[in-house]
Amino acid sequence: MPQTLTNPPLEKLILADRVHGSLYTDPDIYALELEKIWYRGWVFVGHESEVAKPNDYVVKSIGPQPIIMTRDKQGEVHLLLNRCAHRGNLVCDAPRGNSSAFRCPYHGWTFANTGKLLGYPFNSGYGGTERKKELSLGRVPRVDSYRGFVFGSFAEDGPTLAEHLGAAAEALDRLCSLSPPGEIELTAGWLQHKCKANWKMLVENETDGYHPQFVHASIFSVAKSGIGDLYGDGSTAVARDLGDGHTENDLRPEFRRIGAPMGWFGTSTDKIPEYVAQLEAAHGADKATELMIDGSPHVMLWPNLFIAEIQLFVIQPTAVDQTIQHVTAVQFKGSPDLNQRMLRQTIGSVGPAGFLLADDSEMYERNQRGVQALNPEWVLIARGMHRERADENGFMIADATDEITMRGIWRHYRKLMEAE
Amino acid sequence: MPNAEAREEAAVIDGSIGLAAPLLEVGSISLTEAEQFVYAEARLADQHRYDEWEALWTDDALYWVPANAEFETDPDTAMSILYDNRSRISTRIKQLKTGKRHAQNPPSGLRRSISNIELLGTLESGDAHVVGNFICFESRQRGLTQWAGGVEWALRREPDSSLRMSRKTVRLVDNDRPLYSLSFLV
Repeated sequence: MPQTLTNPPLEKLILADRVHGSLYTDPDIYALELEKIWYRGWVFVGHESEVAKPNDYVVKSIGPQPIIMTRDKQGEVHLLLNRCAHRGNLVCDAPRGNSSAFRCPYHGWTFANTGKLLGYPFNSGYGGTERKKELSLGRVPRVDSYRGFVFGSFAEDGPTLAEHLGAAAEALDRLCSLSPPGEIELTAGWLQHKCKANWKMLVENETDGYHPQFVHASIFSVAKSGIGDLYGDGSTAVARDLGDGHTENDLRPEFRRIGAPMGWFGTSTDKIPEYVAQLEAAHGADKATELMIDGSPHVMLWPNLFIAEIQLFVIQPTAVDQTIQHVTAVQFKGSPDLNQRMLRQTIGSVGPAGFLLADDSEMYERNQRGVQALNPEWVLIARGMHRERADENGFMIADATDEITMRGIWRHYRKLMEAE
Repeated sequence: MPNAEAREEAAVIDGSIGLAAPLLEVGSISLTEAEQFVYAEARLADQHRYDEWEALWTDDALYWVPANAEFETDPDTAMSILYDNRSRISTRIKQLKTGKRHAQNPPSGLRRSISNIELLGTLESGDAHVVGNFICFESRQRGLTQWAGGVEWALRREPDSSLRMSRKTVRLVDNDRPLYSLSFLV
């Protein structure tokens, strides 16, 4: 593919302890990000439970591109581009449904849910049906899934999904292990929350342990939430660079210190006996207690999947200064008592009216306006550089409020953006 | 609220359930009184008079802004934009009053119009069923945002003879699309 953009001097814009403000505002850099990050690497698209039955489909996205995630009648999941091979019309205008085929409303071209062109009306105009074979819906060439999480890559070859996920796969395991049958479901539908800010503001914020005590002070104080303390100066929680752009706030040290099963979710085992019994049956009492103390991960999987314990966010850039957060509640297969609580808590916390996310989004937008001021030119990511250390597995960690996560994100970003 | 009921209520709003003679009174609540109540509610919300707005609610209040109305309307199993019981309404108001709810600090400039008010009858709860439309302009530094939708209120005469709302449901016209933050009292 011809390179249409001049590579920006990233070595001058991304330093060890700071990044340049133009990285959030420059439309040329955004265009290059689409090419090198969103249209090349693995991107989270959806969950298999969203297309549970044969011929189910749901409309998704990879960056600004509209994607249809389908399950064909054999059960295979496909990621198709929502664009008719004829004139470029959207072939699917429903947000979800069940159909073995998509008929373009413009001129009636019909495509199977595998992407294959089934037919065009009045085919004598094309000299018969022969040309059908060379036309189809665009496909995301590589589709793979892990624990039901479906990812797509526009690159024909490159790192495998397992290589992309790297150490972050363990965080997905940790989430799924809290479900008694080991499976999560995304069945509650999504809220779409947009903001006028660059997508990287969101990615960085997701594992920024420094902001909660300030951005979320209002809700922590009135809801008597313990979350703020997890991100305090004295917290034993750690921020971890998992490599490959993946980062987490590992709150387990605090949860283990407190030692309260389900404390991570702000509840106790007596409130959800059915779930506790299921988890004990699946893992044995000791392991179940351990799982219920450790809780669910708080992990940002590069570049767009954020799991905040019970909430799942998909970050979608739609312009250099516009981003949509798609958010839903994690649901554990077959755990109705806990699922309803997770749903209620998610609705309260996130989305446009959420006690937490409306304030995060306000910060994103103000930050985007702030970096329009050109002095100082830099955004700092230096916090905790002096106290970075390796954990027992060799991953670099720092204190709960440290910006080691951002440094990891930007190191990976630079690597991807400088790749040929 | 179960799906079927929500659909039926949506159908009532659409007018697809047949035209009956206009109701001018339900129980002891007149159409004029219902109108004056919802106008006052709008004014208090627009002016960020949080305590007075909160005082309009009954103890069994439910404040609901559904999402994705066509597909999933059961708040027990589907995401909503907002689903507050009385306790969560109180939390919402307390959060706004801290002055540190950044999404409302400074508060949005707001002005809304309430129209098409109809008194539809008596709900199962015994409360009067009022429906209407709203258009709201919200000004923030981002710019001017327009909000619009259908609203349902359940109004109740309390023992002290004051009028209160036990339900408010706001069906935004674009509740299935990307929305900016909705941090004011809609």
